[in-house]
Amino acid sequence: METAVFLVFALLALGSSLVVVAHKSPIYSTLSLVLTLFSVAVLFVLLGAPFIATLQLLIYAGAILVLFLFVIMLLNVGREEGIPGGHRAQLVAAVLGALAFAVALWLLLRPALGAAGTAPLTEELVSLSGLAQELFAEYLLPFEIVGLLLLVAVIGATVVARRPTADELAGGVLAAGGAAGIGGVAGAGGMGGPGSLSALDELEAAESTAASWAADADRAGGGARPASFPGGAEPGARP
Amino acid sequence: MSSTIHLVNESLTVPVSWYLLLSVALFAVGTAGALTRRNGISIFLSIEVMLNAANLALVAYSRQLDQRTGQILVFFVLAVAAAEAAVGLALFIAVYRQRRTIDINRINLMRH
Amino acid sequence: MQAIDLLWLVPALPLAGAAVNGALAYGRAPKAAVTAVALGAPLGSLLVAAACIWQYLASGLYPRAVEHVSYAWTAGTLDGLTINVAFLLDPLAAVMLFIVTFVGFLIHVYSVGYMGHDEGYARYFAYLNLFMAAMLTLVLGNNYLVMFVGWEGVGLCSYLLIGFYYDQEFPPYAGKKAFIVNRIGDFAFLIGMFALVARFGTLDFLPIFHRLAAQPALGTAAYAGGLSFAAFVGLCFFIGAVGKSAQIPLYVWLPDAMAGPTPVSALIHAATMVTAGVYMAVRSNVIYQLTPGVSLLVAVIGTATALLAATIGMAQNDIKKVLAYSTVSQLGYMFMAVGVGAYSAALFHVLTHAFFKALLFLGSGSVIHAMGGEQDMQKMGGLKKRLPVTYRTFLVGSFALAGIPVFAGFFSKDEILAAAAASGMPLHWLFWGVGWITAGLTAFYMFRAVHLTFDGTFRGTHEQEHHLHESPPVMTVPLIVLAVGAVISGWVEIPLLRGGNWFHRFMEPVVATTAAIRDGATGKGEVGTPTEALLIVLSVGIAFAGILFARSIYGGAAGAQRGMAFEERWPTLHRLLANKWYVDELYDAIVVRPLHGLSWVFYRVVDMLVIDGSIRAGAAVTRASGDLGSLTTTGNVRNYALYFFLGVLVLFWWIAR
Repeated sequence: METAVFLVFALLALGSSLVVVAHKSPIYSTLSLVLTLFSVAVLFVLLGAPFIATLQLLIYAGAILVLFLFVIMLLNVGREEGIPGGHRAQLVAAVLGALAFAVALWLLLRPALGAAGTAPLTEELVSLSGLAQELFAEYLLPFEIVGLLLLVAVIGATVVARRPTADELAGGVLAAGGAAGIGGVAGAGGMGGPGSLSALDELEAAESTAASWAADADRAGGGARPASFPGGAEPGARP
Repeated sequence: MSSTIHLVNESLTVPVSWYLLLSVALFAVGTAGALTRRNGISIFLSIEVMLNAANLALVAYSRQLDQRTGQILVFFVLAVAAAEAAVGLALFIAVYRQRRTIDINRINLMRH
Repeated sequence: MQAIDLLWLVPALPLAGAAVNGALAYGRAPKAAVTAVALGAPLGSLLVAAACIWQYLASGLYPRAVEHVSYAWTAGTLDGLTINVAFLLDPLAAVMLFIVTFVGFLIHVYSVGYMGHDEGYARYFAYLNLFMAAMLTLVLGNNYLVMFVGWEGVGLCSYLLIGFYYDQEFPPYAGKKAFIVNRIGDFAFLIGMFALVARFGTLDFLPIFHRLAAQPALGTAAYAGGLSFAAFVGLCFFIGAVGKSAQIPLYVWLPDAMAGPTPVSALIHAATMVTAGVYMAVRSNVIYQLTPGVSLLVAVIGTATALLAATIGMAQNDIKKVLAYSTVSQLGYMFMAVGVGAYSAALFHVLTHAFFKALLFLGSGSVIHAMGGEQDMQKMGGLKKRLPVTYRTFLVGSFALAGIPVFAGFFSKDEILAAAAASGMPLHWLFWGVGWITAGLTAFYMFRAVHLTFDGTFRGTHEQEHHLHESPPVMTVPLIVLAVGAVISGWVEIPLLRGGNWFHRFMEPVVATTAAIRDGATGKGEVGTPTEALLIVLSVGIAFAGILFARSIYGGAAGAQRGMAFEERWPTLHRLLANKWYVDELYDAIVVRPLHGLSWVFYRVVDMLVIDGSIRAGAAVTRASGDLGSLTTTGNVRNYALYFFLGVLVLFWWIAR
């Protein structure tokens, strides 16, 4: 029975991942990924990690992929065009390459499993309290750090993705591209607001009005600072 | 929960190495996709596949070696994957604003 | 406390004066203050020196030498070598001390007038006092190192004072030339000192000379390069003297040194510094007595120099150049004397020469001062009416130089010639002969200068004529004093006065060593009195001949024109002499040009090509590797993903191995 479950969901995972990777349309890819995640979650349960499976469904399938879909819709990403020339060859190369890579990985990782068979699943391993215990005792520091990481990611994503302020628009094209200038944040009084992702087609309309407000902004705060192309999070920007 | 109780104290009929094999296969598929696709979002999705493959491997090891370390690592990987997805997509948005495309072949300002 | 204990004050006072005036040179100190310090210091030296000499002679310290250690410099710190800052007073030092302080003081007084309008007044006196300090250190030191300190010090001051007018182009160049040429000699001097230290473990005069006198074999045994020890050291020291005292081949700096102010030429390049080489040779007479070979060389070079310089002096039109070559020539005489072993005769000539050459230089300075800076004798003439005191003192000096009896030069030059004739050295008659001819040339060129400058009609411009005036007393009084000295300084050696040859006997403790050395080596023989009298008549005769010949050509109202016509009779010879036998050009070709070429090679090839090139090559390599590396920055994200992947593969390999 267990074997059957495994085989079904393993093949499902593999197949849907192939669809993710191969399909031209990102929407279909994303939806396939949902299927892959679900299959993998089942396999988690089979391996005695129900909590992780739950987390997988909640976070991965529930939040991350929704975000993906959101962005795909926003950016109106269409189907990917075919590659001009060399389609067949690239496919063959990719397949062969993947095979070789898989073999290499298998050879690398298999020995760590050891020769012995698998012991029965212990209550210990499965229990949530046990997991929580270990997580908050032994791995407390990484836990906190990951929390900080998430904070940083939130801030970074917010700043990177927000609409450019009037100063940045006035300061030039490059400055507008997600500039993290503190002066830019201070000046122009929150033009466009952080994090609001109105449809980008409005951007052009907003730009002209922003330019007219640029003069006021110039007087108000620091001029646009030509930002170096931003890496992700810039701590120190206003939360 | 009952299925869990059912599973406990039973040996695994499926060898753990099969899970590992699947994980390896998924990872290879994801890598091929990440290196091959032209669409930025698609590359991201391929990377998520790779991450999942890694998670699967971790849990498999955890089961085999009877330690919770693997599961905890998956926990963290999940969190990091979320963060990474958020920031990466934000970057894509920013790039899209600039270049009106996410065809990575066209995003090459850093060319020599 | 005895006066001798204050001997250290003699060099110390001018040193302090130099320091004070050096400081005053920066501020706007009143001239009176500068003058007071500038004259006070040498005067103090003179008085202390006089007191010391008086005490030395009166209290029976003579004929021993008195040493006074002022500072035990290396006490206990150097293994086996003790060097002290110590001073020695003996007949030789006393004579030099007298010359330097007395003539030096007079020249300081003269300078007050001559340099009175110069902007660098305080600087001038600072340098001049410094020179006095160095020269006094040189003559008073009791060991070779203290002497060498003074030796270098006077070289430095010579450089500073030759290049005094530093805003002109030539004086600094002349100063450098003097210093560099001197340096060649200094190098040899150092080698000589090293040899002495190696063999004797000390540089003090008295211990070295006593040991050499007691054991002549120490000096005559073979040492290095086929030379005996005494020959080696003597040669090294003599090369030093050749540089300092302007002998062949290192005399070329002295004529160019005339670019300095005239009192400097008088003091440094006539009376004192250039005689340091002679002093050193006389001081080291024990060494030279042990090496007839090097002594012969000394005599040869001295004689040759005397003749060569006299020939050049005959064709010079710059009055100071005439005197410069005259100095070189007279120094040649002194070395001729040293070479034949007549050390006291050499020192005697130093004494008389100091007086009359300083007199002549100061007199020329007076003329130049009156001519508003003009030094070309072709533009002078008829000055004897306008500058009577200058003329008369200059005449006295000229007679002294020419060796006319009664005047000082006669006694000293004659003694040298007599010593040459009487010497047992090979070629000694050649020395006498050349010296005799040179005496005639000396008289000739000197009186040519006298006639061109003071006789005939004035050939300068109208402004110069209006400007002509006799110098103020501050300048003429030293001239008169020196003129008196130029007459009577010779009388200390009159054979018949007060038992005769007083100077020679005075010097005996210094120059006379063991009979074995004295008679055996240079073999100073004797000539009979009739021969000696004949020689005197001959030398006086040729001196008069030179004077009269000069008068016949250059004298009288039309002297200058007749002179030019005379010179044009031998154009090639005249050109050779006027251009100093092209020696400077020769040196330029064989030394300076090759050095420039070598420098060019080092600059262009070694520095720019090799060194800079290798650095640029390093930079180029770095850039090339950077360019190579930048090929990876394709901007294509997929490439970057590929790099990631490759890196992962490497990682796998690393883990798996």
